[in-house]
Amino acid sequence: MSLAIKVENIAKAYQLGQFDSGSLSGDLKRWWALKRGKEDPFLKIGESNDRTIKGKGNIIWSLKNIDFEIQRGEAIGIIGRNGAGKSTLLKILSQVTTPTSGSLKISGRAASLLEVGTGFHPELTGRENIFLNGAILGMHKHEIVKNFDEIVDFSGVERFIDTPVKRYSSGMYVRLAFAVAAHLQSEILIVDEVLAVGDAEFQKKCLGKMNQVSKNDGRTILFVSHNISAINQLCEKTILLSNGELREFAETNKVINTYLNSNFSNSTTDWSVSVNLSKKACFTNIILSKMGVNKRVFSIGETLEITFEINIQKPNENDVKTCIEIKNSDGLKIANVIDVDSNFQVTSLNPGKKKYKVKFNDLRFYPDTYYISLWCGDMTSIETYDYAEDIISFDIIDGGSLTSRTLPKIAGLLFLTPEWNEKK
Amino acid sequence: MKNISTKEIQHWDLIITPKKKTFDLQFGQIWNYRDLLFLFVKRDIVSFYKQTLLGPIWFFIQPIFTTIIYTIVFGSIAGLSTDGLPKPIFYLAGITSWNYFSDCLIKTSTTFRDNASIFGKVYFPRIISPLSIVISNLFRFGIQITLLVIVILYYLYNGYTFNIDWKVLLFPLFVLLMALQGLGIGLIITALTTKYRDLSHLVTFGVQLMMYATTVIYPITSVNSKFYWIIIINPMTFIIEGIKASTLGVGILTTHTIIYSLLSSLFIFIIGILIFNKVEKSFIDTI
Repeated sequence: MSLAIKVENIAKAYQLGQFDSGSLSGDLKRWWALKRGKEDPFLKIGESNDRTIKGKGNIIWSLKNIDFEIQRGEAIGIIGRNGAGKSTLLKILSQVTTPTSGSLKISGRAASLLEVGTGFHPELTGRENIFLNGAILGMHKHEIVKNFDEIVDFSGVERFIDTPVKRYSSGMYVRLAFAVAAHLQSEILIVDEVLAVGDAEFQKKCLGKMNQVSKNDGRTILFVSHNISAINQLCEKTILLSNGELREFAETNKVINTYLNSNFSNSTTDWSVSVNLSKKACFTNIILSKMGVNKRVFSIGETLEITFEINIQKPNENDVKTCIEIKNSDGLKIANVIDVDSNFQVTSLNPGKKKYKVKFNDLRFYPDTYYISLWCGDMTSIETYDYAEDIISFDIIDGGSLTSRTLPKIAGLLFLTPEWNEKK
Repeated sequence: MKNISTKEIQHWDLIITPKKKTFDLQFGQIWNYRDLLFLFVKRDIVSFYKQTLLGPIWFFIQPIFTTIIYTIVFGSIAGLSTDGLPKPIFYLAGITSWNYFSDCLIKTSTTFRDNASIFGKVYFPRIISPLSIVISNLFRFGIQITLLVIVILYYLYNGYTFNIDWKVLLFPLFVLLMALQGLGIGLIITALTTKYRDLSHLVTFGVQLMMYATTVIYPITSVNSKFYWIIIINPMTFIIEGIKASTLGVGILTTHTIIYSLLSSLFIFIIGILIFNKVEKSFIDTI
C-alpha cells in the first residue's frame, strides 16, 4: 500500500493579542532580523500551548512536532480536547493555512469539508449552488453533472431545486450542502465536525455515506469529531492530539481509552459549574470507576461506580437528600436517582467530609456520551446546597459482551434484553 | 530497506512547505479550477440582478445618469472643453472606461476580507476570486460599450463624423491594460489590508481623487498648468486617452504612450501578483 499523506515535523505558531499599529514596528524588526540571517525574534521555539500554564511572549505554538503517515484507503479519526490543535491541523492539511515549519505531502486529490455549504450563495437556486459549491470543493463540472441526480436524491430537496436557497429551511440547506460534499470524487476527504448539524436521521445517513466512501470506494478519510462513538464506528486508527502535540496514533479503541482517561487524570471536575450557594455542603472529588479502577469509557452491561465526597460545612437540621442525574449528549435527562429510593440516607448532621460510592450494575445505555450531575439539598424547603451540573462525563462505546452488532445512537436510548418465549 | 523502496515509488501530487516561490502564476492550478472561475463569474453577474424588476437594464442606468450629470455640471455649468466632441459622447466614453477600472480596483481590493469565510474553510487558488471579479466586470463593461456604440451611431445618423480608423483595433489592448492595472492595484491593497486595515478607508476616495488626475472629464489638451506632470505620469492617463483616440478619434495615441502604458500596467500587475502570492497562504491567521 502506498501513502496518501505524509506529515513531517509540522509546527504552527500564532501570534497572540491584537494586530494593531504596533505590528508595523514589529514587522520591521522581524524583517531586519531575517535580513541579517538571524532567527525570527518573535518565534521562540519550545513554548507549549497549554492555557493553564502562563507562557512568556506573545507567540503560541498551536501545533508542535507533528509527524505521521497515512496509508491510502485508511479512515483516520482525530480527537483531542478543545484547543488541542485539531482545527489547526485540519486547516494545514486542507491548505487553508501554511505550517510555520515542517512539510506536508499529499498524494492524490484532497478535498476538505471543514464546514457544510461553504460558498453557498443565498440568491442562487439549489441547482446553481450545487454546481458552485461542488466547484469550490474542487470538483469539475462534468463530475457534478454526472453525479447531479444522485446528489439531489441524497439531499431529498428535489421539489425545491429551482428555488433560491435563501428560502430553504436550515435543515434543507444542510442536507443539500452535505449531499454535494458526500459526492466529492477526491481520493482524500478531510472532514471536520460537520455531522454536528442536521437531525439525527440525517447524521446517521451521513455517517453511513462516509462509511461507504471509506470501506467500499477505498478512499482515505480524516475525520475530526467530539463524537467518540462516531469515531469508533468509522475509524480504524485514531490520532490523539493534546496541547498541540501528537500524543498517540494507534488503533481507535486504544486511543479512545487514553483520551478519556487522560481527561480524567488532568482534571476530574470543572468546579466552575458547581453552585455552592448556601455554604452548607458541597461535592468534591468525583471519580468514575469500574471495579475500583478509574475509567471513563464503558461497554453496555458493565458496572459504573461513581465515587464522591460531600463536605458538610454547617450542621443541618433537616435531612439532606442527594441526587444523581444522568443526561445524554443531547441534554435529555435519562435518569434521576435519589438516595432514599435505594433506602439509603446521606447523613449531614455533623460537619466534615464523607465519602460515598454509588454503584450502577449492568449499565443499559446506548453508545453515546453521558453527563452526570450531582445535587444535594433540602427537599422539603427545596433549598439547593450544591448543584454540580454536568460535572463529569463517561462514554458508552459498544455493546461489550452483550452484542457485537453496531448500535447507532438513533436506534434507542436503552439496550434491553427481555425474556423471549414462544407461546404454545 | 522497505522504507527506501516505498520512498522510491511514492509519488506526491502536492508538497506544502512554509516557503514558496515568490512569483508563481499557478497557470496549471487556475486551469484546473476553470469551472470554478466560470461559476464565480456567473454568480457575480446573475446575483447582481436577481430579484430586481429591471434586471440587466441596471447595467445601463448608472452610466446614463452619470453622463447626464457630468454633461450638465462639467460641460454646461463649468464649461470644460470636450475637445470638440459632443459632450454626452465624451463623458460616456470616459465614465464607462473609468468605471471598469475603478470597479476592478475597488472590488478586488476587498478580496481577502469579503472571502475570509470561504478562504478559511476550503482551498482553491485564491487568485480565482479577483480574476472572476475582473471578468464579470468585463462582461458589464461590454454591455455598457454597446451603449456607447448606440450613442455614436445616433450621432453618425445625425450627420456627425468621427475620425475612426485602424486604431480601433487597439481598443482591446487598452481594455486589457486597464484590467491589469485595476487588478494589480487591487491585489496590492487587499494584501496589505489583511494586516493594516487603514488602506481600506483610503480606497474609495483615493480612486475618486485618481479620477481627477486622469483625463476622464477633461481632455489632455486643456491641461497646461504646473500639474501637467502628475497627469502625464499617471499610468491611467494614456490608457483613457488611448481608448478615446481609438473609439472616438480624439486623444493622444502614439507609440510612446502605448509602450508607457504597457510597461506601467505590467509593472503594477506583477507587483500585485508578488504581494498577493506572499500573503495568500497565511492571511487567514491575521485577518
